[in-house]
Amino acid sequence: MAFPAGEVAIVGAYESPLRKAPGVHPFAIQADCVLGALADAGLELGDVDGFATAASFPTEGGMQMSISEVAEYLGIHPRWFDSTDIGGAAFITHAGHAALAIAAGVADVVVVSYAAAGYSGVIPGPDYATNAAGPGQFEIPYGPSTVSTYALAAERHMHRYGTTLEQLAAIAVQCRANAGSNPQARFRDPITVEDVLSSPMVATPLHRLDCCIVSDSGGAFVMTSRRRAEALGRRAAYVLGFGEALGQLSMNQMEDFTTTAAVHSGARAFASAGLRPEEIDCAQIYDSFTITVLLTLEALGFCAPGEGGAFVESGAIAPGGRLPINTDGGGLSSNHPGRRGVFTVIEAYRQLTGTAPGVQLPDPRTCLVSGTGGSLSATATMILGR
Amino acid sequence: MEKPLPIVDDLTRPYWDAAREGRLLVQRCNGCGRHQWYPRVLCTACHGTDLAYVEAAGTGRLHAFSVVEKTPNIEFADDLPYVLAIIELDEGVRVAANIVDVPQEELRCELPLRVVFRPTADSSIVLPCFTGATR
Ligand SMILES: [Zn+2]
Repeated sequence: MAFPAGEVAIVGAYESPLRKAPGVHPFAIQADCVLGALADAGLELGDVDGFATAASFPTEGGMQMSISEVAEYLGIHPRWFDSTDIGGAAFITHAGHAALAIAAGVADVVVVSYAAAGYSGVIPGPDYATNAAGPGQFEIPYGPSTVSTYALAAERHMHRYGTTLEQLAAIAVQCRANAGSNPQARFRDPITVEDVLSSPMVATPLHRLDCCIVSDSGGAFVMTSRRRAEALGRRAAYVLGFGEALGQLSMNQMEDFTTTAAVHSGARAFASAGLRPEEIDCAQIYDSFTITVLLTLEALGFCAPGEGGAFVESGAIAPGGRLPINTDGGGLSSNHPGRRGVFTVIEAYRQLTGTAPGVQLPDPRTCLVSGTGGSLSATATMILGR
Repeated sequence: MEKPLPIVDDLTRPYWDAAREGRLLVQRCNGCGRHQWYPRVLCTACHGTDLAYVEAAGTGRLHAFSVVEKTPNIEFADDLPYVLAIIELDEGVRVAANIVDVPQEELRCELPLRVVFRPTADSSIVLPCFTGATR
């Protein structure tokens, strides 16, 4: 079956306004988000027959079987569900899978949701992607923190292409500028390139302001068929294309430190939508770190390999530029409770329906979302349109 | 809190035994002749299953690195700052390791390196690390 381009819609979305919520269990935030998204869609929990989440990290409240536990908490018994667990990109993958399920008639109304107490949560624990057994025995003993694994790619990109710290910083500066007009954003005061470069070094060459912020929050969105969306008569954004791709988990298995699996997920998404990068009006690019954005912009073909630095420095990613990105402030400034994928879809929906809380672009027709999970491990790319 | 040490299994025991003797092993596929890292029961290039360990030269180049200044992993707090690195061995495979005894200002991609072996809290485990080839 070819991808059902344009046949499935996002009809509602909700982002928790919380950014610090000590004492609140993540499932409570998720339930609030699910109800909020359904209300936005004009639907009720009783309409939901498909559900996707991933809540397996300690700060997310669940463990390996989190899909069962969160559905239980909500009191729903979906006939279709997905809990593909590829880190922060998970919820974009869920949306792509849900589009296939809805088009196939396996589900009618799907909710994708996520929440975590990334800021106040108890015992975050080690942030390794695996343990020191099996493949991990050759990497984990050397201490690969999440930041340092992305830092490897930043260093190699700088070596190969001459990308500069200032160019990476320009991404953080733009996200903060966007956050300035979003009343929900965690950090809103403008920053400069110099502020980024003088912030404490976490893992060379990445400074603290090259890293996403940490929050308590959550979000959810509702998907259904075009036919049902039209019957609802609400604002809708349509899924035009989707692609996903696996790279590696161990950094010693990374084939090319200057690009990501978004080369493949992006190509699949563009092919399924029958669109080219030039036809995309704006994008929500997973910004775990500044380098993640730069690598993804190149991998998706918005600029040539090695030209990401010049691209972001040119103002292309600002509102009014060639490709405005992360209009809500992104994970670098607005919201990042641990995984960000759900918020990239929510902000794309808001841009396309004219309901953004902060920067609202004038009448965008298409918005691409692309997520990167793990240690540059897995990617999912979705193209939404009106 | 103690640092995570390798949990050795039947396939990987020869590697860690050799490391204790100051030798670095990698896998080589008898089917297609390619070297492979890390050790597996199949060759990811030709999908053959006839693989053996061979001794590596122990030299290579720094492919990518990060000087870790802060970490949420408190078991590594006493090591800060330390260098997480990916090394491309002369055999063509890449391995993860720490770089030791190289001043931070001398670190750069493609720096020539050689293997050194460092003891751990467990006397049965010696960790291959890398340092400057001329040191
Ligand atoms: Zn082979």
